[in-house]
Amino acid sequence: MHGSGIPIWFFIGVQLLIYGSMIFVYGIYQWLSGIYPAGVELTNLHTPVWWGGVLALLGLLYVVKFRPGRSK
Amino acid sequence: MFGLVPASIAAGSFGSLPALLALSASPLAQLKSLDIAVIAIYFGMVIWIGFYLKGRSNTSEEFFMAGREMTAWIAGLSFVSANLGSLELMGWAGSAYQYGILATHWYWIGAIPAMLFLGLVMMPFYYVCKTHSVPGYLNLRYGEHARVLAATFFALEMILMSGVNMFAMAVVMKVVLGWSLTFSILMSAFAVTLYVALGGLRSAIFNEVLQFVLIWGGALLVPILGMIQAGGISGLQTKIIANMHSDSYFHLWRDTGSFAANPMGVHWTGIVFGLGFAISFGYWTTDFLVVQRVLAAHNLRAARMAPVIGSFFKMAVPFIVILPGLLGLVLLQNPDGSRRQLVGEDVVKSCAVSLSTDKIEDPGACTSAMQTKSTLPAAYQQSVLSAAPGTELHSYNEVLPLMLVRYCGPGLLGLGITALIAGFMSGMAGNVSAFSTVWTYDLYKPLLNKKGSDSHYVMVGRLSIVVGVAVSIGAGYLVQHAHGIMDYVQALFSIFIAPLLATILLGMFWTRASRIAGFLGLLFGVVFSASLFEWVHLDPANLRYVALSEAAKPMAENVFRALWAFIFTALVIFVVSMFTKPRPVAELDGLVYGATILPKAVPVPFYKNEYMWAILVGVIFVALNILFW
Repeated sequence: MHGSGIPIWFFIGVQLLIYGSMIFVYGIYQWLSGIYPAGVELTNLHTPVWWGGVLALLGLLYVVKFRPGRSK
Repeated sequence: MFGLVPASIAAGSFGSLPALLALSASPLAQLKSLDIAVIAIYFGMVIWIGFYLKGRSNTSEEFFMAGREMTAWIAGLSFVSANLGSLELMGWAGSAYQYGILATHWYWIGAIPAMLFLGLVMMPFYYVCKTHSVPGYLNLRYGEHARVLAATFFALEMILMSGVNMFAMAVVMKVVLGWSLTFSILMSAFAVTLYVALGGLRSAIFNEVLQFVLIWGGALLVPILGMIQAGGISGLQTKIIANMHSDSYFHLWRDTGSFAANPMGVHWTGIVFGLGFAISFGYWTTDFLVVQRVLAAHNLRAARMAPVIGSFFKMAVPFIVILPGLLGLVLLQNPDGSRRQLVGEDVVKSCAVSLSTDKIEDPGACTSAMQTKSTLPAAYQQSVLSAAPGTELHSYNEVLPLMLVRYCGPGLLGLGITALIAGFMSGMAGNVSAFSTVWTYDLYKPLLNKKGSDSHYVMVGRLSIVVGVAVSIGAGYLVQHAHGIMDYVQALFSIFIAPLLATILLGMFWTRASRIAGFLGLLFGVVFSASLFEWVHLDPANLRYVALSEAAKPMAENVFRALWAFIFTALVIFVVSMFTKPRPVAELDGLVYGATILPKAVPVPFYKNEYMWAILVGVIFVALNILFW
């Protein structure tokens, strides 16, 4: 976004951080409890853990880099 | 959003969507509370963005053109996102399941050359003349009549298309999740109306960029996990050849030498000239839905760069659309472990199960449909006829949700469903924001109230969004009760776009094209194109004349009709121009190549130069076509 105001990238960062954290935490719970959803394939890869982690890290990066008030 | 209609839609598959409502099959997926939280957060975020941007959409320039403040990246991502609707995602994944990577043509040759042409060649004229819309350009070049004709047709198309998309998406949500139609329609319509009416184009663009990221975040897992399970690209190839007994699923061009040699029934001339030129250039360079995003760029260089940036992402979309379709061919399984074969929606419809008896409603029609229109094994056909547990039939268009359900548990499934909803909402927001601008600037202002204040036009724009969405909802319900209308609404785009392309190209690159020639060319071109459509619609056998082959299939009709309509329109403009008085060249400054001195570009480092990136896109585009020849 050109000009003042909160950049769109900050909104995206917030969204990814929230989603990533939720999915990551659920993935950890799943891994520790050993209870996996029926009918879902490749649960041995623990997809929610690494995909949630990737989304959360990406989101955190965007939140920090594009936080409101940060000088360029 | 039906700009580049998926093959399965062109073949009438989504046209039979209303029929799916009659089915009693249970939803494909069951959402858990985590999934619902993911979806609810998405809705909360888009509405928050709308409220946040309300204070920055007070003037007409801010509301309709986003203040012309967008960077190249934001304009470029929004440009691609406005086209990335969920019906397209699901439809093209279904087409890939049916036809293999031939479907990729609609993402590569059907988009990339046109996007580069828009950025490098056409954008300077759109941008320098400071038009608010594509009909606005027609007004400057050809006069009021051409503008009103184009604006009326475009506004109608946007509203009806938005309604049809809304209804179609609600049907998809019902099939995938079991949601009621009214709930899906009202929920999405409410959210889109709120954030676009509050924040205008800026809000639509913001949300489109957000939606673009979510679509990738939600859909990218399917090809990654699918490729792991299939054993990589070589494993996928081996399995497809073993299952389908053909390697044509991996060739873009090899089998297009004749209509009969490929399952899509298209010829390379139709792909190159019809799709690659008439349809693709028509959509990407003259459809205001997408061009509006680029017009919002903060300077000419950003406006030229935006389509080039968009083209990189467009080229990558087959990874989340075509690849899942191919993976579905070999990975989807029935409960007994056998390969699950998807069928056309006409077969699904013929084998509908009665809600009261739990048996096939019309076993004769079902048997006939399965035997003539599918390759289901005889034993499986028997299971379907006896309505045995676990023998549900699914259509090609469901391949993407089926793959999503296969790999995504709670949370990830919610993210995938959010991606589908986001894709739908970005398309609808594109429709209503473009409608609002064209209605206000090209119809209301010149025809109804020329002397309104700036704030008055902003208010008209906001109201037009609310009214437009209400009409869309009405159109959606109309389609539900009068199914044949859907065919016509979906055809609106393809009827209009090729004549518009010819009118704009000749206007932009030929100083001799006269005012009256532009108007008559557009008018007669649309009439010609509509007549061709109706001719084939009334008697499908006429397709052989339009596509020049008896072996042609419905997909060929779209591309060849666009080609003939373009040629016809160009001929009308040429002939009429030769007999009428051209405008003085001095009046064409900023509008026509050869009569315009474009502003000199400020030198920038090579990595910021749009030509350098366009060349890179071109090289990758050619390499991909050779790789998958």
